[in-house]
Amino acid sequence: MRAYIPGYDLRVPGSLTEALGLLAGEPGIWQPFAGGTDLMVLLEAGKLSHKRFLSLSKLADLRGIEVTTDAVILGAMTTYTEIQQHRVLQTEFPLLCAAARETGSIATQNRGTLGGNIANASPAADSPPALLVYDAEIELISARDVHWLPYREFHTGYKKMQLAPAELLRAIRLPRRVKAWKQYYRKVGTRKAQAISKVCFAGAAQMQASKVRDIRIALGSIAPIVLRAVKTEDVLRGAKLSPKIIATAKETLAREISPIDDIRSTARYRLRVTQNLLEEFLSQLRR
Amino acid sequence: MADTVSKVDIECTVNGKLSRFQAYPMARLLDVWREGLKLTGTKEGCGEGECGACAVLMNGAIVNSCLIPAIEADGADFRTIEGIASGAQLHAVQEAFLECGGAQCGICTPGMVIAAVALIERHPHPGDAEIREGLAGNLCRCTGYQKIFAAVVRACESTGRNPPENR
Repeated sequence: MRAYIPGYDLRVPGSLTEALGLLAGEPGIWQPFAGGTDLMVLLEAGKLSHKRFLSLSKLADLRGIEVTTDAVILGAMTTYTEIQQHRVLQTEFPLLCAAARETGSIATQNRGTLGGNIANASPAADSPPALLVYDAEIELISARDVHWLPYREFHTGYKKMQLAPAELLRAIRLPRRVKAWKQYYRKVGTRKAQAISKVCFAGAAQMQASKVRDIRIALGSIAPIVLRAVKTEDVLRGAKLSPKIIATAKETLAREISPIDDIRSTARYRLRVTQNLLEEFLSQLRR
Repeated sequence: MADTVSKVDIECTVNGKLSRFQAYPMARLLDVWREGLKLTGTKEGCGEGECGACAVLMNGAIVNSCLIPAIEADGADFRTIEGIASGAQLHAVQEAFLECGGAQCGICTPGMVIAAVALIERHPHPGDAEIREGLAGNLCRCTGYQKIFAAVVRACESTGRNPPENR
């Protein structure tokens, strides 16, 4: 059933101070509204239970991509289109660009934002695996406090996160340390375009001769939250990529994830594909 | 009782003309166009941002109007399907859709035309893959995709923007 539209409020504060003031004055009453590409879908379906929203569209402090010597800092309202067009992101953070390119359609990419993708907290979101691989940090801001949090600590359970009602996600910071790493991203969905992932895999590795010096693997749609496959990484770190070690890594990965049967796929399919993607990633490292 | 909110004043440019209207903040822009401004060329297909039937250009970029709350239209510049032709002179994309049979039932056509216009404005010389990617957000329930694709190729050729050697 369609929603009763006059029952919903959407305010558009013109400054960050005004937005944080509203959040601090009535914590829990106002919920941030970023690109709206998920919330508007829930609204039309009559499933948007929250009633009062705060549009972040006019907040200049949440926009723009800043490049410093050791990091790239993206405002939370950076769109998928802006990510794809950015030169430094293209060359140093290709997994994030690939995720942005595979999210929805061009129309969605023009509206959807990185901050929205994070705070919407879907385990099937496309950009979080890339952010985990890049050891991203996020900046949380309220009227009283500003602090940075490693992104891997942000999601604590299905749709649960370390975000207080009076806080906004202001920015995402990517350390510029992976330029020379081999990187791999693959989203498996029902179709090539406009699909929500059944499995999403992001990986990066630093090779030294034929050995894995360091490796990071992150996955989406295979657990209640997007996660780093830390045990699998431990198996591979320092190892030579023999068939035996690859087999061990695949077994470890199977124990580390908890895929389920749902509308988009089955647990069995997800497990098999996740292992296959790991093998594809590792086989590319050997080249 | 704060169960309902009041309509807000919104001012934006629609097809080159300044438009002032009142709407509930969360009203879908799609409904504002169709019911308020009587711009019924923009269609509703899925209502969840998947099909592209409600596509319009917002500040030059393609967006799905079913996902835009009315209050965020304030201050923006829009082109809907009604603003694509120049008076009686059809846009090259519209001419090409006529010539190639790019429209069947017609529901997806306004969105397809908007997507093609947005593509050509972004990439004056699109390759086949770029055309397919540019139309990937628009679904045709009649499955007339080949003719739609052919129409976009024709539109690029007719504007001299896509010489065959680039394809």
